[in-house]
Amino acid sequence: MSAYLPQTEDDLRAMLETIGVPSLEALFEDVPQACRYPEVKLPKALSEMEILSELYRMAQNNSTTGCFATFLGAGAYNHFVPSAVPYLAGRGEFLTAYTPYQPEVSQGTLQAIFEYQSMVAELTGMEVVNASHYDGATSMAEAAIMSYNAARGKRGKVLVSPSVHPQYRQVLRTYLPGGQLQISGDEDLKAGLEDLVEMLDGDTACLIVQNPDFFGQLLEVEGLADAVHAAGALLVVVANPVHSLGLLKPPGAYGADIVVAEGQPLGAGLNFGGPYLGVFAATMKNVRKMPGRLVGETVDTEGKRGYVLTLSPREQHIRREKATSNICTNQGLIALMAGMYLAYMGKQGMRAVAELCYQRAHYAAKEIDRLEKYKVLGNRPFFNEFAVRCPLPVAELNEKLLEAGILGGYDLADDYPDRENQMLVCVTEMNDRKQIDHLVETLAEIG
Amino acid sequence: MKIDQDARYSDEHEWVRAEGDLFVYGISDFAQDQLSDIVYLEPPEVGDVFEKGDAIGVVESVKAAADLYLPIGGEIVEVNEALVDAPEVMNSDPYGEAWIVKFKASDAGEFEGLMSAGDYQKYAEEAHE
Repeated sequence: MSAYLPQTEDDLRAMLETIGVPSLEALFEDVPQACRYPEVKLPKALSEMEILSELYRMAQNNSTTGCFATFLGAGAYNHFVPSAVPYLAGRGEFLTAYTPYQPEVSQGTLQAIFEYQSMVAELTGMEVVNASHYDGATSMAEAAIMSYNAARGKRGKVLVSPSVHPQYRQVLRTYLPGGQLQISGDEDLKAGLEDLVEMLDGDTACLIVQNPDFFGQLLEVEGLADAVHAAGALLVVVANPVHSLGLLKPPGAYGADIVVAEGQPLGAGLNFGGPYLGVFAATMKNVRKMPGRLVGETVDTEGKRGYVLTLSPREQHIRREKATSNICTNQGLIALMAGMYLAYMGKQGMRAVAELCYQRAHYAAKEIDRLEKYKVLGNRPFFNEFAVRCPLPVAELNEKLLEAGILGGYDLADDYPDRENQMLVCVTEMNDRKQIDHLVETLAEIG
Repeated sequence: MKIDQDARYSDEHEWVRAEGDLFVYGISDFAQDQLSDIVYLEPPEVGDVFEKGDAIGVVESVKAAADLYLPIGGEIVEVNEALVDAPEVMNSDPYGEAWIVKFKASDAGEFEGLMSAGDYQKYAEEAHE
């Protein structure tokens, strides 16, 4: 018997005897003969050396963002990941640690989460941050449920701006418990902030906006929180791209009650779409309605610093049937990487990256706008993404860009039918001037 | 263990006292002692209407979280907001300053159905053992 199968002939016989079956063949009798031991047509076995060389050859067919000048954003962002982050996060103590079910023996994990929470609190300008969710979209859906619970289930309407990421709005609709909550605000894809404020009423649990919005535009946030609060609702801000917080006034400073974001840009890389990181921050006023884990710092009986899972009755231990959310897991490893990234970058580093993104995006927008057949759209200030009206469908344009080694922007017509031929271009610190000039020249040639 | 002789009691260790047309509601000395240091109170809102036995709020201590049940159905007319800011008063003065809500009973007759101070004393002593 193969060394990889742990049962001996004696084990098998004992097991078969116990269940009263004479043989293995008899055990599988109910499986049709033809399916029982189908012939698997595999090539002959290879040596380790041969198989590695074969896998390497296959891997060469993959492309990564490193192979292209990448101008694609729209929720997932191509930022530099300092080597220190994967190196440190790859240490066995961190990489193999599972969720801290027994907090007193998981002090390292808890400290890492606590530091992540503390830095995200500074970044968002909020008082309390949880240990994270799966991704930005699920964070946003949890924010809607939390708003409903903060209103003690008395307000059944969630208002969401049409300029919130379309996939986030889809997740919101799949995630919310059926029937309890009504989602509106984005029926008219052209509804602006003023229209949404008009829709606030005594039944509104929260207003969800994205800032910068999906098209990269900064919202006029002055007075927004006041209007939302006057209606007795909560203001939920999706702070994407999260690097914008390195430069802009944090949502906590303009009255947001809940701030969510996609944390992937903070040291996690694009990872072919996942795992990502759901950032979730709130005010102390509503801390007991907050979903997810929360790590707190305290002292033990000897006065030594220690970390605990705090306020856990909210979620699973005592009152689980009353919990706002039964999501108790978190993106531990990705939150750890975000914590390492933020610690590594520091306040100045975050600002420097944000400034680079801003300046390079503005340079790109200026150069593209100069082209005869292209027009940069939008009348608000922007951070590092902007919409461009192109002379041909974006899908066609992107095919041509790819031939020139450029990964083009997001096709806005996919989600906004009136935005035909509009491309959402994203520029980060990874796009140097040479790349931008190459994009502009190629666009000019295609147009 | 302190017992307020003027109040009647529920088997969930809550007290109710008649006050004019209204009733006042809080948790007993036994309840606060079992909970130990109370750190949080989530009261209902004025105007909320509850059936007898409904959970109307939450009280949280350093070691437990417990629902508050209203032993008589009715409408909340006043909430002790000061107690929300200083929930520890439930430990020091459970029958006095730490009243939680005042409410208008839908059936004031239900008050008589609650335990008398004497019965509650026995009930709480048994629970303690």
